[in-house]
Amino acid sequence: MIKLQINGMAVEVAPGTSVYEAAKKVSVKIPVLCKHPDLDHTAACGICVVRNKQNGRMLRACSTPADNGMDLSTEDPEIVQTRRSVLELMLSKHPNECLTCHRNQNCELQTLAADFNIHREVLDNITPEIPVDESTKAVTLDARKCISCGRCIQVCQENQNVWALSFVDRGIKTRIAAAGDIPLAESPCVRCGQCSAHCPTGAIVEYDESEATWELLRNPDLYCVVQIAPAVRVAIGEAFGFPAGTNLTGKTYAALRRMGFKAVFDTNFGADLTIIEEGTEFIQRFAHGKGELPLITSCCPAWVDFMEKYHTDMMPHFSTCKSPHEMVGALAKTYYAEKNKIDPKKIRVISIMPCTAKKFEIQRSEDMSSSGTQDVDISLTTRELARMIKQSGIDYQTIPESQPDHVLGAYTGAGTIFGATGGVMEAALRTAVHLITGEKLAKVEFEQTRGLQGVKEAKLMVAGQEVRIAVAHGLGNVETVIKKIREAKAKGEPLPYHFVEVMACPGGCVGGGGQPYGVTDELRLKRAKGLYSEDTAGIWRNSHDNPYIQELYRDFLDKPLSEKSHHLLHTHYKSRPTYQR
Amino acid sequence: MSTTETKAPAAKPAGTPPDAISLIAKRWKNKRGSLIMALHDVQETFGYVPREVALKLAPQLGVPVARIYEVVTFYNYFKLEAPGRHVISVCMGTACYLKGAPEIKERLMAHFGIKSGETTPDKEWHLQDVRCIGCCGLAPVVTVNSKIIAKVKPADIVTAVTALYTPKEG
Repeated sequence: MIKLQINGMAVEVAPGTSVYEAAKKVSVKIPVLCKHPDLDHTAACGICVVRNKQNGRMLRACSTPADNGMDLSTEDPEIVQTRRSVLELMLSKHPNECLTCHRNQNCELQTLAADFNIHREVLDNITPEIPVDESTKAVTLDARKCISCGRCIQVCQENQNVWALSFVDRGIKTRIAAAGDIPLAESPCVRCGQCSAHCPTGAIVEYDESEATWELLRNPDLYCVVQIAPAVRVAIGEAFGFPAGTNLTGKTYAALRRMGFKAVFDTNFGADLTIIEEGTEFIQRFAHGKGELPLITSCCPAWVDFMEKYHTDMMPHFSTCKSPHEMVGALAKTYYAEKNKIDPKKIRVISIMPCTAKKFEIQRSEDMSSSGTQDVDISLTTRELARMIKQSGIDYQTIPESQPDHVLGAYTGAGTIFGATGGVMEAALRTAVHLITGEKLAKVEFEQTRGLQGVKEAKLMVAGQEVRIAVAHGLGNVETVIKKIREAKAKGEPLPYHFVEVMACPGGCVGGGGQPYGVTDELRLKRAKGLYSEDTAGIWRNSHDNPYIQELYRDFLDKPLSEKSHHLLHTHYKSRPTYQR
Repeated sequence: MSTTETKAPAAKPAGTPPDAISLIAKRWKNKRGSLIMALHDVQETFGYVPREVALKLAPQLGVPVARIYEVVTFYNYFKLEAPGRHVISVCMGTACYLKGAPEIKERLMAHFGIKSGETTPDKEWHLQDVRCIGCCGLAPVVTVNSKIIAKVKPADIVTAVTALYTPKEG
């Protein structure tokens, strides 16, 4: 163990611990803007300076490892003045637009400026003129507000392996942009939104469509319906002061009703349906040799986009299932409309998602208009919904809970856990094992799929046959899985896996790019725990036990993978260029 | 003007052997930290780093396009656009600076109607600053492509530079 002194207090930490982490142990908070728990330190911002009392020198707490015998001070007039100067320099190249910024009251730079009592601009403002890039219609890039901390670039390049964002130019001209200053939509960007989730300021935010949603809701000729994704319910509370992971399904339904939605559905129903379709697809390929193995999940639109750009040889392995909210959208404008005698032309479907990529997905191909018009009209993030609820004057803390509307609202625990990494795999296994063995599962949990390890692998014995699975989350972790598949195929060796789940965001949808700010692994685990608790508490835990799914097949779809299912619930893939120019 | 643009020889990657990019990639692939060297080769071959070349080179080197642009935009040396046929480099090293380089640059900018780092619309002349080129005894120094103009007076610079104009072939 390393022993050191911080502000006269003895601290003991493991070797390799940074001074920044060591200070936390004695309740000392050192301000940071570039450091993020998900990312390696870059020492870019310089606000975390502390003093080595032995030689008087200042050093950066984020990048300096604690050392034996160190005697550090984190607070003296010069340190405070240095930190203040760092902030003043940043503010001199930052537009003074807090009141009209998406991150108003939720911005790390703004918070520090307030904490350090910066009440006037001391330096001339030299904010560059850089046009806002809304080309992706998923994330909005306002490079003027960038403080060059590098978080978005590290997450895009290293954690996600997408390489859409980069620094261009140097010195005071340094800015974030796609290679060659092209619009982000023409770059390899897969719209996962992890850049926006890690940005400390308003430089990258979700493409806001709340105004467009209000317009639909205020149109008396329209019939607006809404659905919420699994991961939304356990994260939205953070915007209202609830502890992370609190399950607020009922309150969210109630708030949506008050906002004017005529029917409130649940994407978890779509998740159950996905499992029936995808589970059947798996059995077709695994037991009957119809189609390529391993089967790879397709419910994450950023992953689909990534595959279509970088791993097109995996196309035949992809499940053809649309994502759950797309299934609900297609059924709302067909099945639900028929049952309730509503003109489908008047129906507008709004999805509340933890995700920015869903904003792109709803228009990614003609298959997304299988009902005749676009199946999902608008996809909002959790963050946008939280603001809309606040704006509506709804007291979210005290609003009584509500129930979802049938026939697209009832769900099982298997649908709920879709929101966490490994959840789709676990839900699929519950149904697939049942379908293969014909027996009721004695234990429905497949714990091997859970947790935050980047790649999770497991072997199961099902009816005397080995089933090999892999679960990857965070696009940077996909490479190892794909490489194994490719190598085995090339050498004609036994497949490393039969079934693979991928979610683009670290932790799965609970850590989605559209979720409330400030995500860390601790928060991801708490949100996931909220989902697993709902699964344990529910009556139905297998998708095939959902009576409304059974009714849907009986009255409308006929059987899994039927012609109607294929038309409404499945999609096609095509190769897309990484760079359009 | 557009006809002269399309004829500019150094500016067209199509005019070079098609496997030039593969050769550069082959030479530098698998050598750690060799991206800058590969980009030097590209600029030597094409006169600048054309986007089509960057897009083709990246997968062959196993380097993301974004990384290539990070490097190319970081170093002043690399150009993203075709320079003029005649590249005028004004040395801004200390000796040249003290012996009148700023005025020399001003006169060239005024004559060609471009700033440093820019190219004339007919793509004939490109003006750029360079740091010390290592022959301070000849200060102030200006180079036009590989030709050197030494100990030049600001009043004579425009005549000296334009005298080095070489007519286009063909």
